[in-house]
Amino acid sequence: MAETARASTRRSSGQATIRNPVVVVRYVAGRGSLHLLTAVVGLLLMIPFLWALVGSFKPEDEIKALPPTFWPTHFVWGNYLQVWTSSYFTNWFFNTIEITILATAGAILSAAAAGYAFARLRFPGREIFFGMTIATMLLPFEVTLIPTYIEYYLLGWLNTYLPLTVPFWLGGGAFFIFLFRQFFMTIPLELDEAAKIDGANHFQILSTIVLPLSLPVLAAAGILSFISNWNSFVLPLIILNDPQKFTLSIGLRYFQMQPSSDAMPTDNLLLAGSIIMTIPIIAIFFLGQRYFVKGVVMSGMKG
Amino acid sequence: MAQLAATQSTYQPARHRSQMARREALVAYVLLLPWILGFIFFVAGPIVASLYLSLTTYNIAQPPQFIGIGNFVQAFTQDPLFWGALAKTFLYAIIVVPTGVAGALLVAILLNQGLRLTSLYRALFFLPHLTPFVAAVFIWEWLLDPTFGFINNVIWVVSHVQGPGWLGSPDWAMPALILIAFWAIIGGDMMLIFLAGLQGVPVELYEVASLDGAGAWRRFWNITLPMISPTLFFNSILAVIGALQTFTTAFVATSGGPSYATYFYALHIYNTAFSYTEMGYACALAWIFFIILIMFTYVQFRASNRWVYYAGEVK
Repeated sequence: MAETARASTRRSSGQATIRNPVVVVRYVAGRGSLHLLTAVVGLLLMIPFLWALVGSFKPEDEIKALPPTFWPTHFVWGNYLQVWTSSYFTNWFFNTIEITILATAGAILSAAAAGYAFARLRFPGREIFFGMTIATMLLPFEVTLIPTYIEYYLLGWLNTYLPLTVPFWLGGGAFFIFLFRQFFMTIPLELDEAAKIDGANHFQILSTIVLPLSLPVLAAAGILSFISNWNSFVLPLIILNDPQKFTLSIGLRYFQMQPSSDAMPTDNLLLAGSIIMTIPIIAIFFLGQRYFVKGVVMSGMKG
Repeated sequence: MAQLAATQSTYQPARHRSQMARREALVAYVLLLPWILGFIFFVAGPIVASLYLSLTTYNIAQPPQFIGIGNFVQAFTQDPLFWGALAKTFLYAIIVVPTGVAGALLVAILLNQGLRLTSLYRALFFLPHLTPFVAAVFIWEWLLDPTFGFINNVIWVVSHVQGPGWLGSPDWAMPALILIAFWAIIGGDMMLIFLAGLQGVPVELYEVASLDGAGAWRRFWNITLPMISPTLFFNSILAVIGALQTFTTAFVATSGGPSYATYFYALHIYNTAFSYTEMGYACALAWIFFIILIMFTYVQFRASNRWVYYAGEVK
């Protein structure tokens, strides 16, 4: 919607000069070439995905045909059913949903709280704590991966979902804290001061001023967190060892190597599995995109 | 009396101020409490443990044995894979970071032009990043298949040259991984963050500049770039860290091969820890890596004072 607002200001400035045909032609040509450029970039980025999508419907003998066909001679919807029912695919799918939702909710709540404190509150140790947060962000995951693995082992958390969810409720990751802080810092402090004079406390300022202005960053963080948890690979790889408890990311790889069966799955099945794994994420993005746009509108309204 | 009244009147606001400051600090600590707990149990504790383990040999089955800086000496002088892994990682980062950041800014600017189909374009650009790593690797393994893959068939149709072996070739596995990374990066987090930054630039600034006769390029250079400089800075930091830590794509696509052509540093650490259970040595490798990352980021932060502008900073 902010785009519409932006577009309408452009349109109105266009109207001001509409009498001059040279300006109109230049405007149309400029818009046209922008559209062309954007569409070409979009198409280039889409090719791998489209190629995989049509491949996932091809029959087994056509997947390795020379020269390759683009459009399948006939669509084999059964590829999807076959993947869905092979190995522990359904388990992996619902395990991933459960873990992702729990981890994302925790990450956003605890990171927004910490980001607010760092951006807009003065307290002893702020610089030190924030420096520590930044340092955590720089910390390669390998530094803590090995000792936390040992920690989870001692706690009896290995092969459970606790390591994949609990830490997200405790800070949500330096990445998101930094993102929230950066965004909160761009909101004028005068708004806080005015609210303080009106007698608002910090929790009221956070909930009625800062968060409503921050919907774009909340939506962005929500989407990013969902994707990163859905995609999470290294942690499930070392934590989970029971194939029934796998997430999709390590499950798909397990499926590719298929230690339990004699035949390796063919490429059309792997592609179908990859598409199934990608679809919920696309759905979340489209769902979240609306909030994203709404948030942009709200932040676009001044005063 | 007058004197007393005067001291009181200056004293009370001061006490009031310190009370407010105390309340503000209390609120801050409450908001930070989850982070503090997480920091202790999942960051600080493990760091201390890792630091100790890096000075030991430890295979989980037996208690760690203290060997001083032996692991570090081994990494720099005896480990045949250490320098190669570092070199591969830097090569990858040097290409992926600038192209990725510039590409992400470019597509974010395209999306910020108020084009009619913007939300469709945004979805198209974002799709590669939405594709999970493992799925992306499967898709690209098939796309880059030397015989049946889309890319080599396009190369053949266009130029009648037999395309390279890509992921299976020691010379072409690295370019293949860079290609996959570029595809996955430019429409992803960085683009979203750039877009949020671009949309946070007050429209009034552009309107005023336009009235003053500033063209598109001037508006970009004098308004957009300074206003999004915190975003640019944030993205650059993330890109460097992300590129140097790259793991999953290589792990799934090549396992570091062929002939160690894509054997990144993170793979070296992973193999050391979880394939050979040399936990102590793996911790030492991780620490060396951490110090390298810190140096890179320190330089970036030092340089940032010169070019990053914050609108609402609490000094």
